[in-house]
Amino acid sequence: MATPLARRGLLILPALLLAGCNTVVMKPSGDIASQQGHLIFVSTMLMLLIIVPVIVLTFWFAWRYRENQPDTSVPYDPEWDHSTMLELVIWGAPLLIIIALGLLTWITTHTLDPYRPLERIDARHPVTAEMKPLNVEVVALDWKWLFIYPDQGVATVNELVAPVNTPIRFKITASTVMNSFYIPALAGQIYAMPSMETALSAVINKEGDYEGFSANYSGAGFSDMRFTFHGVNQASFDQWVQSTKAGGGALTRPVYQDLADPSIKVPVRRFATVDADLYHAILNRCVAAGSPCMDQTMVTDVNVKPGRSNEHE
Amino acid sequence: MQLQLDPMKLIFGRLSLEAIPYHEPILVGTFIMVALGGMAVLGAMTYFRLWGPFWRNWITSIDHKKIGIMYVVLGLVMLLRGFADALMMRAQQAMSFGDSHGFLPPHHYDQVFTAHGVIMIFFVAMPLVTGLMNYVIPLQIGARDVAFPFLNNFSFWMTAFGGGLVMVSLFVGEFARTGWLAYPPLSGILASPDVGVDYYIWSLQIAGVGTLLSGVNLLVTIIKMRAPGMKMMRMPVFTWTALCTNVLIVAAFPVLTAVLAMLSLDRTFGTNFFTNDLGGNAMMYVNLIWIWGHPEVYILVLPAFGVFSEIVSTFCSKRLFGYTSMVYATIVITILSYLVWLHHFFTMGSGASVNSFFGITTMIISIPTGAKIFNWLFTMYRGRIRFELPMLWTMGFMITFVIGGMTGVLLAVPPADFVLHNSLFLIAHFHNVIIGGVLFGMFAGINYWFPKAFGYKLDDFWGKCCFWFWTIGFYFAFMPLYVLGLMGVTRRLSHFDDPSLQIWFQIAAFGAVLVALGIASFIIQLVVSFLRREQLKDVTGDPWGARTLEWSTSSPPPDYNFAFTPLVHDNDTWADMKAHGYQRPTEGFVDIHMPKNTGAGFIIAACAAVCGFGLIWQMWLVVIVAFVALLVSTIVHTFNYNRDYYISSDDVVRTEGERTRLLAAHV
Repeated sequence: MATPLARRGLLILPALLLAGCNTVVMKPSGDIASQQGHLIFVSTMLMLLIIVPVIVLTFWFAWRYRENQPDTSVPYDPEWDHSTMLELVIWGAPLLIIIALGLLTWITTHTLDPYRPLERIDARHPVTAEMKPLNVEVVALDWKWLFIYPDQGVATVNELVAPVNTPIRFKITASTVMNSFYIPALAGQIYAMPSMETALSAVINKEGDYEGFSANYSGAGFSDMRFTFHGVNQASFDQWVQSTKAGGGALTRPVYQDLADPSIKVPVRRFATVDADLYHAILNRCVAAGSPCMDQTMVTDVNVKPGRSNEHE
Repeated sequence: MQLQLDPMKLIFGRLSLEAIPYHEPILVGTFIMVALGGMAVLGAMTYFRLWGPFWRNWITSIDHKKIGIMYVVLGLVMLLRGFADALMMRAQQAMSFGDSHGFLPPHHYDQVFTAHGVIMIFFVAMPLVTGLMNYVIPLQIGARDVAFPFLNNFSFWMTAFGGGLVMVSLFVGEFARTGWLAYPPLSGILASPDVGVDYYIWSLQIAGVGTLLSGVNLLVTIIKMRAPGMKMMRMPVFTWTALCTNVLIVAAFPVLTAVLAMLSLDRTFGTNFFTNDLGGNAMMYVNLIWIWGHPEVYILVLPAFGVFSEIVSTFCSKRLFGYTSMVYATIVITILSYLVWLHHFFTMGSGASVNSFFGITTMIISIPTGAKIFNWLFTMYRGRIRFELPMLWTMGFMITFVIGGMTGVLLAVPPADFVLHNSLFLIAHFHNVIIGGVLFGMFAGINYWFPKAFGYKLDDFWGKCCFWFWTIGFYFAFMPLYVLGLMGVTRRLSHFDDPSLQIWFQIAAFGAVLVALGIASFIIQLVVSFLRREQLKDVTGDPWGARTLEWSTSSPPPDYNFAFTPLVHDNDTWADMKAHGYQRPTEGFVDIHMPKNTGAGFIIAACAAVCGFGLIWQMWLVVIVAFVALLVSTIVHTFNYNRDYYISSDDVVRTEGERTRLLAAHV
């Protein structure tokens, strides 16, 4: 019969569960990501409370109540189709699990909200008032990533560097199409969208080189839209900032417009200076000279008095 | 603006010889195979003089049984195309590491994964589901046909021509490179100036009209055409799930039509619904498309649940456990499916309260779904289970679907989704529920109702091969994808640099090969069953000892389904009739009023398809002519008063007499 073979086949499942344990999602190096990985583990265990009995019962009933069951004492009850007690259990047990999961969802969705400022470096260290966050402005281009460090005044393409155990605050946008900014070892992803700004709070707890990429298909160069995220100690970070400033290259508007042209497999580039209002211009779609900035247009639209025509620049 | 009246532009628009991809070896090879196969089929049809019968008995048929069969055939044929895309994707991803870039450059690969998704959802799953519902519902409720037989035919041809347009995109022009939901701005005119997204839009608009009308049709049929005595709570569970499915179709498909219309206005006339500038907002598209998209997946899975309910009670020789609770669970799922759409884009930055709300509503849906699983389980309890093919598929479903459901509830936790969204974990989840739920349900339903439709059962051995290859193949193909998702691998990639991932992709490719063997086994099963049809014959009309009204008819049923409309006293109507010693009426037959076949549905749909092709290539003269032809044929059809005929009582006497003799000989 099919069932013993299928039972043996089901042994792959626990093996797979174990294979999933030593992966970047379940064992990341950033605190936000590790809380998320832990959540995956807890949720899975809660659900297995229902799923394992269901699978076991399916096999067991299939075996016990098969037609050519030699044991004639096994009952056959063709008219039995109702049991209030059983219905209460059938609706009630999953309801209890979902209530638990729902509470967990409400709480963790709020504490792990990407927009929420970071509250802890790791389980034992909260963020203190003296810690200065690292601000990074991210622009998803076709098909590479631009990182602007407004406080340090430098910018890079396809290379992100941050000091460990320091809160990082990302502000994210895109130039043409929807992308998704994702570094699995660090934190969850968030979409990068043109003319819109999303935000992400994160912290890296271990030094190392980590993979970052776009998690939303964006066209021909998508497979190569990858970058390396370096978690380094404070001294190395300061040194990197210094050497970038010394290396020359200015990210001005014309240089940006050139950069924004479609290109694939772009090597790492560094810029020693960045135009102060470049990110604002990218976000509001007014990099090209003479084009109206979206925030200006929106303010103008709001302030139009009824009966008069719109006045644009 | 100068009006250019270049006749070539007016007739041919953007279409030119460059649209034909002679320089792509894979496409040229495919075309040669299709051309040879097509010529063989056309040649055979001419040689055996089948064109006349084909037009009279199938193309113009308004009989729900024939239309149901045509839908299923369409779905199975498109399964071959969609699966070919899947094999290509698995092969590419297994090979493309480091210096090797596989055999599909991104330009081609990106069309393959888009086409795979579009075809599997719109032209495989939807037609299979619609086909089963079409065939079975009138028979289950004791009716002679659906409420609007002509509309049924027209709906089928709209769906078929929509699929045809997608197939044409292989050889004339190209398909979209956006993923199956074509998010803007990527699908807008700036990022996708080519015809691919236009093929996507118009094939789905045409097929969408077909589906919407079919939804209206089946909804009215179930509400208004049940046999006397069949109160709502005496309907078979499959009819209940079909009712809820059609409610979903009627409420959701207009949203798809509207959002695709807006996208086409953006692309063709420069409007700004979803653009980056001038007030457009791509997030609006994402919301609207998923307001359609989530009910869509319930449209696919609810009929499968209905199929399993029928099969479990039949093959356990027992009443379905908890009928009332099954009905309410289905209704709750239907309502809740409208309250969860945002879970498809938790990562778009909605904020914690909005994300939590939708996460929690998504989890709540698992409660009625779980209740259904338990009800099937307790139908098995103290039953007498026969492991015929439909029951095997049901067992496969019960194990596989719950795993997929579990990963779904996991993804419904927003912070978990932040690390798993768009990863191969997500891909594994939805294939888990669609293959484990919908596809297994369709195979179960096809094996279950095939004897009713064709008069003989499907071969058991090849059916078992199909089942085992599919089930084992599914696990080999998709379990590695769960692991890859946890390793941080995202979807839609055509090249990888990390060699440690390759083994998992190779295992997945092996799984795809097993599934290919499963599909081959299914085709062999069809052929072998046909050749062995005398041995596999269903004489009584009730080969499984089943419980619902369709099994009271002969196999296949006569054109009129029921000589006399049955009177219903209980649910599991046929089981009730058998238990009370029901005797078939053998005399007193009257003339039966039937609707007539018509070619109007095919013709109007063909005009729509030509119009769609013209819109894709901006062949404005073709568009105008085809649209006028469409209107004219529709109006002409409304003046066709020759729509019905009567099957004479003598014919009914003869048909029923033959059945009486057959039943007597069999005993």
